Amino acid sequence: MPGKTRNHISQNEALLFEMSSPGKKGYQLPDLDVPVVDAAAVLGTENTREEITDFPEVSEVEVIRHFTRLSTWNYGIDLGLFPLGSCTMKYNPRVNETVARTEGLAWAHPYQPESLSQGALKIAVELEQALAEITGMDAVTLQPAAGAHGELTGVLLIRALLESRGNPRKKIIIPDSAHGTNPATAALAGYGVANLKSNDKGLVDVEALAKLVDEDTAALMVTNPNTIGVFEEDIVKVTSLMHSKGALVYMDGANMNALVGITRPGDFGIDVMHLNLHKTFSTPHGGGGPGAGAVAVKAHLEPFLPIPRVVRIGEMLRLDENRPQSIGRVRAFLGNYGVLIRALAYIMAHGGPGLRNATLDALLNANYIRKALEPYFDLPYTNPSMHECVFSDDRQAAKGVKTMDIAKRLIDYGFHPYTVAFPLIVHGALMIEPTETESKAELDAFIEAMIAIAKEVESDASFVLKAPYHTRTPRVDETTAARKPVLRWKPQPAVNKAAD
Amino acid sequence: MYPENYRYTKEHEWVLAEGDTGTVGITFHAQKELGDIVYVDLPKPGTAVEQGKTIGSVESVKAVSDIYSPVSGEVVESNEELATAPEKLNEDPHGVAWLIKIRLSAPGEINNLMTAADYQAYLGE
Repeated sequence: MPGKTRNHISQNEALLFEMSSPGKKGYQLPDLDVPVVDAAAVLGTENTREEITDFPEVSEVEVIRHFTRLSTWNYGIDLGLFPLGSCTMKYNPRVNETVARTEGLAWAHPYQPESLSQGALKIAVELEQALAEITGMDAVTLQPAAGAHGELTGVLLIRALLESRGNPRKKIIIPDSAHGTNPATAALAGYGVANLKSNDKGLVDVEALAKLVDEDTAALMVTNPNTIGVFEEDIVKVTSLMHSKGALVYMDGANMNALVGITRPGDFGIDVMHLNLHKTFSTPHGGGGPGAGAVAVKAHLEPFLPIPRVVRIGEMLRLDENRPQSIGRVRAFLGNYGVLIRALAYIMAHGGPGLRNATLDALLNANYIRKALEPYFDLPYTNPSMHECVFSDDRQAAKGVKTMDIAKRLIDYGFHPYTVAFPLIVHGALMIEPTETESKAELDAFIEAMIAIAKEVESDASFVLKAPYHTRTPRVDETTAARKPVLRWKPQPAVNKAAD
Repeated sequence: MYPENYRYTKEHEWVLAEGDTGTVGITFHAQKELGDIVYVDLPKPGTAVEQGKTIGSVESVKAVSDIYSPVSGEVVESNEELATAPEKLNEDPHGVAWLIKIRLSAPGEINNLMTAADYQAYLGE
């Protein structure tokens, strides 16, 4: 078997419901030392029941083994490269966890008095300041729960500002390379969406934009670097053009991992942007979330930021709710606070030069992969890549093998697949983002796997089409799963043992 | 492959105009690019639609794509069979898997669209 995968002990796992045996227990309660109360008499029979039908009855060790075994089926960043493009699946340093578990922070309560929350509030203020400095913006809210929530908050800020000027305007321009959340955000905030076709380099077409922007245009939502991992070289022209028409520019900060310490959105004309702290600033993400989608703004949007704002009054940090122009709350308290602590820990552990190095390493890793795979996979856009590179399956598709098939085969080689079929402007996309986390050895193992698959496609395409082979289950039937989903497990009819 | 009496859009929809009614669907090429279609979202009868504007979406295991109306008018019928049998769109996109019927408000719009020959040349590019 090639690369880093080896078969390992792999047991099939029944559901807890299927392991159930009447009378088994995973707990032991002491004898009752208070008077017995009849629940039905106190609460009414409509609120009580004697037993829960088919509730699994299992022992403690069975539960422990069940979930421990299931946990070994997972693939995560702690097991190896996770090259999911656009997702920035970087390592979550353990020092973040240590800091977030500090007793005074882990047990802090949002309703404890401000006088006893000064440390927690100081962390919020310092993180806001650090993010403002990194992005070149003037103020930051930490409330939004994740990227798309940050987008919505940002566009609501744009609407509030334009309304205060007398006209919220009607539409938002979005390039065809954008993340799908961008048009969804614009629509949710009550704006129409105008689609901007990319030019032949996959970049914002400034001339086409000039024709599209008018007095009804509220904003442009742009991702930079864009979703093919290329820096928008005309970004200053783009932001000037929008501003000259009285429109604003929102930047989707999903790809900020390519910019930190190198250039600042605030310096190239961005009015408002979000940061995915769970991408760029290493907080856990995916199933391990929650995320955090801090939003950074220029001064003209600051009065509209969500309440409460943390402000310094004398020696004390306080929560200020008296902001008449605020769009209101977008999330309870200060957002996903535990995540914010981790992001600040990451920023402080690196310092400015360290953050810059991380960016440069992310760029180096992506370009190393691009160079090594270019002889084997079609590269539709050849501008210099930043933190990720996007191939198409053109050469393999000629043999009947699509990007999804290559991704399935990659699982056999011990890696999480790259991002499949996105961005939409690349037909059959393979979107690969290694992040700065990976060593040359890990990158080489990945490259070796990808080249091996490219060769398999040449020699025996039908073999690749049936991958994966080394997983617990063979390829799943995604079509039937989507067309006829079975969303609830039901007990199998009892088997008649005597008849057997 | 592409019926001569249909007209086609660059976004890969087709329309068949008969009297004041236009039947709308997606092309063979569209379903092939999308792959296995698993869900279709269509406008209800009575909805006003405009040429070139979004009227719904088709979802495959790969992606969700907007459907753009090839003509303007009012929706008079939507193909309810597709709700339970979206696979028909892969099997017969130019026939039983039509999406909606529209009462045309500007029948002349048909002339802005591609003929079967134009569409095939467009695909060939």
